[in-house]
Amino acid sequence: MTGTLSPDLAPTDTLADSPLTIAGRSFRSRLMVGTGKYRSNEDMVRAIEASRAEIVTVAVRRVDLDRTKEAGVLYHLSPARYFLLANTAGCYTADEAVRYARLAREAGFNDFVKLEVIGDRETLLPDTDGLLAAARTLVREGFQVLAYTNDDLITALRLEDAGCAAIMPLASPIGSGLGLINPYSIRTIKRRLAAPVIVDAGVGTASDACVTMEQGVDGILMNTALAEARDPVAMARAMSLAVESGRLAHLAGRMPRREVAMPSSPTRGMLE
Amino acid sequence: MSTTGAALTVSINGESRQVPGPATLLDVLAHLGLDARMVVAELNGKIVRRPHLGGTAVAEGDAIELVHFVGGG
Repeated sequence: MTGTLSPDLAPTDTLADSPLTIAGRSFRSRLMVGTGKYRSNEDMVRAIEASRAEIVTVAVRRVDLDRTKEAGVLYHLSPARYFLLANTAGCYTADEAVRYARLAREAGFNDFVKLEVIGDRETLLPDTDGLLAAARTLVREGFQVLAYTNDDLITALRLEDAGCAAIMPLASPIGSGLGLINPYSIRTIKRRLAAPVIVDAGVGTASDACVTMEQGVDGILMNTALAEARDPVAMARAMSLAVESGRLAHLAGRMPRREVAMPSSPTRGMLE
Repeated sequence: MSTTGAALTVSINGESRQVPGPATLLDVLAHLGLDARMVVAELNGKIVRRPHLGGTAVAEGDAIELVHFVGGG
């Protein structure tokens, strides 16, 4: 077993894996989860616990002046326990995304931001021009930018070049649950970038998460797959196992694919 | 800010609201029953950092935005 791991891992321990490190911060879990769309706050809290995620995403929105208590996610999730990653979801221009990122930073938790600049209301695909412009501004202002992007290598390279702390290509559109549509693109992005690659959006069920991690990416961020599961807590556990499983399979190095069968039992020693 | 004055009409999150004047941003948050540690404030498009909320006066016609973290992906 020992010879199958990549050389940078301890050769005597098949479970050895380096932590996920983003902008100098290390995380044990390679699964990140969102906090949106749960049927109840209790479901959300229990599912996030079951996912064993350390990084959880949150959105920035106006306080509802008439009912303020329940709405804030911090009344339910402890910022001491989780690393809060604010997003700029819902922003359609670079300026808007920069404004949301600045507001999020003033909340006082960290200078990380999951940058989204959306280009189309139907598909929620990113506006890559706006994304790059916003990323450059925020990097200049000292933000650690985790950029939600499509599965295009050139955009990913440009985002890395702009100084993004991590690149977050989609598996498939946000909230679609269609799984990993283009494994080749994701593998290529991972192969070509030095920055961490976190697949964000599109994972629908555990096998999607496992296949995604098998491509060698550094982590996965998901939300709807947990929030809209019939049992979010059970799905969170399944996703946690799938991410770990896919990561291990990647580190183990899969067998080659063949177009022909190869017997697993000896061909010699058969009875006459 | 002990002297009482006329109510100020300001825009808060796009809604026209009256707050007792004179008022700082911290007074506005207290008037709305908001915990300053849970909210980030913008005054006329500029972020006001938390330590400065109590020293930032609100004027008639100001536009205030108050945001916080909600569930999201």
